[in-house]
Order: sequence, then structure tokens, then C-alpha cells
Amino acid sequence: MMVTLVLTALVLIVTIALAIPLGYYMHRVYSGEEFWARRMLGPLERFLYKISGIRQNEEMDWKRYATALLIFNLLGGIFLYGLLLLQGILPLNPEHFAGVPGGSAFNTAVSFVTNTNWQDYAGESTLSYLAQMLGLTVQNFLSAAVGITLVLPIIRGIVRQKTDGLGNFWVDLTRTVLYVLLPLSTLLGFVFMEQGVVQTLAPYVHAHLIDPFNWHGRKIFHQIIALGPVASQEVIKQLGNNGGGFFNANSAHPFENPTALTNFLQMVSMILIPTALVFLFGHMTQSRRTAWAILVAMLILFVPLTLVSESFELAGNPQLTALHVAQANRPSLAGGGNLEGVEDRFGSGASALFASIATATSTGAANSAYDSLMPLSGGVNLFFMQMGETVFGGVGTGLATMLAFMVFAVFLGGLMVGRTPELLGKKIESFETKMASLSILVMPLLVLVGTAIAVSTAAGRAGVFNPGAHGFSEILYAVTSSANNNGSAFGGLGADTRFYNLLTGFCMLIGRYWSYLPLLAMAGSLSRKQKVPAGAGTLVTHTPIFISLLVGVILLFGALNFFPALALGPIAEQLVPVATHLLVR
Amino acid sequence: MLRDLKTALLLFLFLAVMTGCIYPLAMTVIGQAVFPHQANGSLLRMRGQVVGSSLIGQYFRERRYFWSRPSATSPVPDDAAASGASNLGPDNPELLKHVQDRIGRLRRADPHARGPVPVDLVTSSGSGLDPDISLAAANYQLPRVAQAGGISGSILRQLIRDNTIKPVGGFIGEPVVDVVRLDLALDRIYSSKHRSVKTPQ
Repeated sequence: MMVTLVLTALVLIVTIALAIPLGYYMHRVYSGEEFWARRMLGPLERFLYKISGIRQNEEMDWKRYATALLIFNLLGGIFLYGLLLLQGILPLNPEHFAGVPGGSAFNTAVSFVTNTNWQDYAGESTLSYLAQMLGLTVQNFLSAAVGITLVLPIIRGIVRQKTDGLGNFWVDLTRTVLYVLLPLSTLLGFVFMEQGVVQTLAPYVHAHLIDPFNWHGRKIFHQIIALGPVASQEVIKQLGNNGGGFFNANSAHPFENPTALTNFLQMVSMILIPTALVFLFGHMTQSRRTAWAILVAMLILFVPLTLVSESFELAGNPQLTALHVAQANRPSLAGGGNLEGVEDRFGSGASALFASIATATSTGAANSAYDSLMPLSGGVNLFFMQMGETVFGGVGTGLATMLAFMVFAVFLGGLMVGRTPELLGKKIESFETKMASLSILVMPLLVLVGTAIAVSTAAGRAGVFNPGAHGFSEILYAVTSSANNNGSAFGGLGADTRFYNLLTGFCMLIGRYWSYLPLLAMAGSLSRKQKVPAGAGTLVTHTPIFISLLVGVILLFGALNFFPALALGPIAEQLVPVATHLLVR
Repeated sequence: MLRDLKTALLLFLFLAVMTGCIYPLAMTVIGQAVFPHQANGSLLRMRGQVVGSSLIGQYFRERRYFWSRPSATSPVPDDAAASGASNLGPDNPELLKHVQDRIGRLRRADPHARGPVPVDLVTSSGSGLDPDISLAAANYQLPRVAQAGGISGSILRQLIRDNTIKPVGGFIGEPVVDVVRLDLALDRIYSSKHRSVKTPQ
């Protein structure tokens, strides 16, 4: 446990240390400041504006900003859908894969455009190199950039006064890709390649096995080793909180995540940009203390839950102990804890940490099989998503949800003292509260109704793989993951069916746009207001009181909405052995 | 609206070319130039033939090799074109049955082995391609390999040490043994001992 604690602390410290300068850098990028990065990339930026007909200083109101965003995503979705359908007749397809079937292509296109990266297919046996590069890698970048463009206008709405202008969608988008995502991906890509992540366009390799063997009457001499342009996609998969694996095994695959060091870097890169955005928020609002308050609130939620997950994984599976299997975790010898679905080079502790980070952010990557997590560790994964992806959350969308919760928190605070609530000088009135509530409440509605539909139809139950309460968890996890644009899965669920392709596709779309467009409307209303000076009744947003209020609101929201569902899934699963034991006695 | 549609089309096109063509191709060129071994899959060769990758696990069945972790890939174990896990839940009876079968196999292969079985030898890995086993798992198998392969324990211990990957800084990662490289080294010893035993191709 000690080793895992140190690792957890180090991941957080390294991330925060990197996020502080990155947040400042991003502030300079988005404010249009002339500095070294602009001198290097400015010509390319201006070239893109010129050929695309973008007027750099043109401001958009929230409706036009939202329209531009929707058009851009619609185009991207159609392009990806077409590419997946047609990959069979397109080049760069050394394994000669046929076009992706319609249902799966629809689901995948929606999934990657909404930054969910839920996968109902296995990459290495389905997709051509062209589909991976020009289809998925592109949306890994663009959906992450769009996520950031969702939060920038909301922050501007808080900062600006008496204006409709919330920035320019095209400019925000271009700058995110050009100044933030591409340079970071390139840098990290070098390290990943050095460590062993593959990057090639060559066909799969046929290896002669060292020890050929008989398998069900057939002598097996060869191993076909899948390759591909993996490194270039792997980095943006983590940095952009996408999480869709090049291979079926995702970050458990040795070619995606070959060493403990790449595993460490993958964990850091998942929380890096969401944390940097919190600091960016501090710079833009000129209230760095509020930024730290947000970060502290996130950590208060993140650390204890992660420790719960880690301790259950390190303790191992009690049923295996009964079979005389050694699960004790000895740092000198390794190989302890619940190792079903876990890779030896990471170990159970680091895998639990990875799982927590991948679900607390909306990444949804996996370096172990989440379906085989101990019941409550899987429950922690679920609960991180069910808090609305606010603890770090998705790039952009996480902070946006956090701001919605802050509106909610100051609203509650205002009710308690009987004053009109304010957030950083802006009066929060009925419209803002309505929009924030709408944004927050869409997700639980989707998850609960979606799960209810799935468990009460034969098509929904048909996908279940594990028996008992765990089977219910599989369904709950799938709907929770898609409605929160997370994308991780209890992989046993047979999700490539018409039912699940439609259900998860629908949840991903609504979960993305209905959750964040109301917040843009809220930003539109906020930006028109004048700032009011703080008074005696103002709830200051960087005090411990505010932090506890914020944490309380998020926890209450998650618990009230989802506790009954969690009780039927992971909690029941955890308690079944206890109950059986008591009954047998 | 119409102007935004045109902008959307053009910008998408240019950004798609940048992030979906130029960027991955440039990374491929750099990877092939600077890290050709890693970028092509860290392949292992013997007499000019590719015999695997040091990062991709293989299935070992003979008693004279160290066995890898169980693999849940289908149709064959350690299928590197179809990665994946068992996805069995922690209290799924099928998982317990698998574990019991694996314990049985290990015990049958080495009736003299004492003590509990290391957990990583009876649970399947996340990718189904785990190239590593824990040090505990290597030590557990050492007497069997020594006896079946006719190699002294001290040579085996040295081989294990040579193929051990230590945690970075002591706490990033776990000490593991790359079982593919370890068995390839063993294979070299076996084939130099008696050339005729080399597996048929």
C-alpha cells in the first residue's frame, strides 16, 4: 500500500507542477498575446484563418458560437461515419478489413465526435490504418479541442460585462489544436516511442513461436503481431481525455503502454489539461484563489475514493485466498492483489489508480479489465462518472460542469442567507440557476432511464456476461459511461448489438450537447450583466466554507441520484459473500 | 450561417489533414529513423527469423520453459491480433473454476512444488499478451524448469536476473521478469546443447 500511496501522491504532484505553467501558457494563447509561441506558430495560425475565411477579431454571441460548434461536429461525424463505412475500398488497409457495419460505424462516429470513445469493436481486428489515423486520431484531437471551446465562453461569460460576445469558436478551436494539443502530443509521442509504443504503417508481423504448441488438435507455429501508427494516437488519447484504444485491450496492451514509466505518464497526461484549465480559469477571472479552491475540492473528492479502490485491489480476491493462492503484496517480488485482468508490469495498485483517474477524468482508458475489478473498486469507477465528470472531468467539459455546480452551490448558499447569490461578481438569478440545473440533471435522467430500459428488455439483458449483481453493474456501467462521455466499459457486456449501439449512441449525443449547450446559454446571460462589488452577504468562492459547500453539493447530487442503483450493483455484489456466510451459519 | 458552414468545411479539412495525415506520418518517419527497433514492435530475432516481440507474451507449454501468465484471448492464448481480457467478475464461479484448473496444471507439472501458487500464474492478464511474470512466479517455476531442462539453478537464477525489469525509482512499476526474453535465452541454451531437439518448422 505504501508504494501505491507514494505513486498516487507523485502523480498528483507532478501533474499540478506541470499544470501551473501550462495553465498560464494557455491563458496567453487564448488572450491572443504576442509571445514566443505566437512568433513560432502565428504564421500557420493566420494562414488557417485566411484560407478558411475566419475573422480573428469577430465576436460571437452564444447562439452563433453553439451553432458553429454543432455544424463543425456534425461535419466531423459524417466524415468519420463515411470513412468507417468505406475503409474497405480505401488505401492503407494492409490487413484488408471490410467496411465497418452501419450500426457500429454510427456508434463509433458519435462516440469519437462526442469525446466519449466508447468502443463496440476491437481495433486490431476491425479498423484499417487509414481509419485509425484520418478517422479516429483526427477526432481525438478535434473532440478534445471542442471540449475546451465549451468552457472558454462560459469563463468569458463570467469575466465580461455588458456584451453578447463570448469569443470566436473557430479561433478558440484552431488555437487549441495548434498551440496546445499538437505540441504536447508530439513531445510525449517521442517518449512513448522510445519506451516501445509502436509507430509504423507496415502490415502485421508473423512470428515463429519459441515453443509451438497443440491447441484443440491444431499445431500452432505462428503468432500474428498486430502493429500500426499507435504512438501518434496513444498520446492524444490520454491528453485529450479520449480514451479509445488503438487495440482492443486499450492501455493494457503492451504496444500502447509498454512500461511502468509510460503508465505513469499516461496517468499524468489524463489529468494534465483538466488541471491546467482550472489554472487558466484563475488567470482569466483574475481570481487564482478560486482556482485553487476548485482544485482542492476536486482533490477532496478524488483522493479518498481512489484510496478505497486501491486498497480493495491490493487486498486481492478473498475467494482466491481460499484456494491457497498467494496474493500478499510484497514489493520485492511483486505479483500481489487482484491480478485478474491486470498486467504484471503495472501491478494491482497502479492499475486501480489508473482506473480512478480514467473515470474521474472523462478519459475512459483502461490498463486493466474493469469488469474484473473488485466490486467496490468498480463501484468507485461508477461513482466518479456519476458525479457528472467533475473531478478533473473531461478537457473543458469537466470544468464546465464544475462551474455549473458552483452556480448551484452559490444558489444554495444564497437561499440559506436570503440574499441574491453571486459568482465572482455576477448575480446568479433564475435563468442561470435553471440552465445550470438543466445541464446537471440531464445526465442522471439518461442514466437511470437508460438502465431501466436496458434491464427491462430482452435485448438489453442479452448483452450481460457475468451472473448476478455484477451483470446489473455491467449495464449500469455502460449507460453511465456513455451518458457521461467517459467511454470506459465493463468489457464483458456484448455491446455491438443494434440495441446497445442505439442506446449508447443516443446517451452519448444527449449527454454531450444537452449538458453543455444550456451552460453556453447561461454564459450568454452572464456576459450581459454588470459586475457587482462584493458585499457582506457575498459568499466568497475561495474559503473552506465554499469548498465544503461545493464538495457537499457534488456528493449529494451523485449519492441522491445513484445510491439506489449502486446498491443493486457493486454494493450488493460486495455484500453477497457476507450475507451468504451469515445465512449458512 | 452559410458562411459558418463554409468555414466549418474548410477548417475541418485543414485540421484533419494536419492531425490525421501530417502529424501521424511525421511521427512515423521520426519513429522509424530514431527508434526503429521500438517503432516496429521490439521484435526478437533468431537466425534471421522473427521469433516474437519482447513486449508481447507467448504461450509456453513445455515444462522446460517458464510459463507465461494465463491468457484469455481467442481462439488461441496470447493471440497478438486479438488482445483482450477474460472480463470475468471477481465472484463469477467460472473465474474460480479457471483458477482451480490452472493450479491443477501447475501442480501436475511440478508435483514437488510446495507453498501457495503466486496469483499472477493463475489469473489471466488484461491484454492477454502480458510478456512478464512476477519474480515470485519465476522463482516458483525455477525448480521445475531446472529439473525438466537439465539446467542448474544458479544459471537459471542468473538468467532471471538478466531479464528482470526493475521499478523506476523503486515505486513506479513492479519488479517483473520478461518471460519471452527469458525463454528465448533458455531456447538458445537448449538448441546449443542438442541441436536435433530444435522444434520442427
